Amino acid sequence: MAKQRRTAEAPRPPRLAVRKTYKLYLGGAFPRSESGRCYPVTSTDGDHLANAALASRKDARDAVAAARGAFGGWSSRTAYNRGQILYRVAEVLEGRRDQFAAGAERAQGLSRTAADEIVSAAIDRWVYYAGWTDKVAQVLGGANPVSGPYYNHSAPEPTGVVAVFAPQGAPLLGLTSVLAPVIATGNTAVVVASESAPLAAIDLAEVLATSDVPGGVVNLLTGRVPEIGPHLASHADVNALDLTGAGDLAAEFEEAAAATLTRVLRPGPGADGGEDAWLDPDPGTARMTPFLETKTVWHPIGV
Amino acid sequence: MPVPHTAFEATTNRALRVFLHGLPGVDEVGARTRAQDLATRSIKTTAKREAIDMAIRMVDLTTLEGADTPGKVRALCAKAALPDPADRTVPKVGAVCVYPDRVATAVEALRGTGIGVASVATAFPSGRAPLEVKLADTRRAVADGASEIDMVIDRGAFLAGDYKKVYDEIVAVKEACGSAHLKVILETGELVTYDNVRRASHLAIHAGADFIKTSTGKVSPAATPPVVLVMLEAVRDHHAATGGRVGVKPAGGIRTSKDAIRQLVMVNEVAGPDWLTPDLFRIGASSLLNDLLMQRTRLSTGTYPGPDYYTLD
Repeated sequence: MAKQRRTAEAPRPPRLAVRKTYKLYLGGAFPRSESGRCYPVTSTDGDHLANAALASRKDARDAVAAARGAFGGWSSRTAYNRGQILYRVAEVLEGRRDQFAAGAERAQGLSRTAADEIVSAAIDRWVYYAGWTDKVAQVLGGANPVSGPYYNHSAPEPTGVVAVFAPQGAPLLGLTSVLAPVIATGNTAVVVASESAPLAAIDLAEVLATSDVPGGVVNLLTGRVPEIGPHLASHADVNALDLTGAGDLAAEFEEAAAATLTRVLRPGPGADGGEDAWLDPDPGTARMTPFLETKTVWHPIGV
Repeated sequence: MPVPHTAFEATTNRALRVFLHGLPGVDEVGARTRAQDLATRSIKTTAKREAIDMAIRMVDLTTLEGADTPGKVRALCAKAALPDPADRTVPKVGAVCVYPDRVATAVEALRGTGIGVASVATAFPSGRAPLEVKLADTRRAVADGASEIDMVIDRGAFLAGDYKKVYDEIVAVKEACGSAHLKVILETGELVTYDNVRRASHLAIHAGADFIKTSTGKVSPAATPPVVLVMLEAVRDHHAATGGRVGVKPAGGIRTSKDAIRQLVMVNEVAGPDWLTPDLFRIGASSLLNDLLMQRTRLSTGTYPGPDYYTLD
């Protein structure tokens, strides 16, 4: 049958809206929560923006398994290669800066100028840590003088799977500032995004998924810290915790983590602040060192 | 569906062919659907704890690598007797499964534990060796102290329609086993169809197998749920027709507690609760045991354990 040609007088039907379903980011894929739940996300003005997946204990378990699976491959890449990939994240984010700026404007009620500043800072943060990947070993490691006929070298090594509680009030720049240093050094991450503003995190996951970051290196959960947090804190296969966004529960999580000798980074100054608290362009190594272990090698001279 | 278990003389290939091809065909879609349905059963809390302990007792802890050293076999035996040194309430595994030349090491290491040694034999995994070699392989393993023999059938002969050769080999190996239990590996991944799995199951049962086992673990796919379902139906039908009980051992690809519990559900629903014992159901596995131990710890402590706290094997 011949295709019917639309005549000039027939009105075009209104286009159906294509709304995004905000899901989790686990092992390089975007699944819904295994629990099937979601929760409404509103802007700071109270407007409904979207529904986000409400991650459960089992999603956290799956995220840790995905992060563990990705650790061997990611940590054994050359630091230079990890740097290239982190730089690629910055490139892709730059190409989508309008989307992120508009998101920040809508969700947090920022002016466009302020939103642009935040997005620029987030992009620069990826570049900053991309540069650190192959320099951190020289700064933190080195040849140690010892009183004996030995060469003695120390080198920092990634600790493993890091559970990151992202800052609650800084959904993009804050998240980037805590996530990038964790993966720059070769760790893999399970991130619990800001509960009230999780959309930027899932948008960022889309950037990560298209930037050659291997699946499982970053796993992103959206949901409630009191529900997911205790299971991540006590999980024996989590090697370190970044408690920046854990709020009042930080002490409790630190206690649970002690049972399995998990490294802990306590919430620092600015943890409760907004994006502005994260604008310092040179955060240094402070967020990398807590997730590194020092390996020291002794080698006899002359053998 | 009742299976015609008419008494027959397995004296000719023709008689076997008439019997095996007279078996009702397997409804492939039905088998898959049923296996999928059974996989959705929810086993939680106390039932899960029971199931995990039961699965541990059914594990044939296996190492079948060219690189198996006596040390590795001894380490595996130590783990078989005391799977979790931090928790002595964990039951022992069903058996340890090794290559024939490692049987003596395993028997020595397991002395006094009550755990049997199973040995693969008959030119495992391909089975491509003359019958005399296969029988010598079996006799040596039994002489070294193996209490269970895992033989492979001649898949080439089976697929060529030479059922008599397959049958006679099983009978001969069974005789060589003496008092040792015989598990017959069908290598279902090479049998292509579910109909063939059903035929091979009945052939092995008739030839005197004490157990029928899915796979060597060297071929993929291995112990898929529908295949195990068809094999469980075969032992159930054999029991209904003759009253005899034959065991089933899935092996290969069962790595998680969830997989293992699904197998147990299938055993209970298809063959019946009588089969829920290590005498009639075993799971051939190596990495499964650690996952069972981790799940057990998770149930008792409420926190997620990590693989760093368990042995590498």
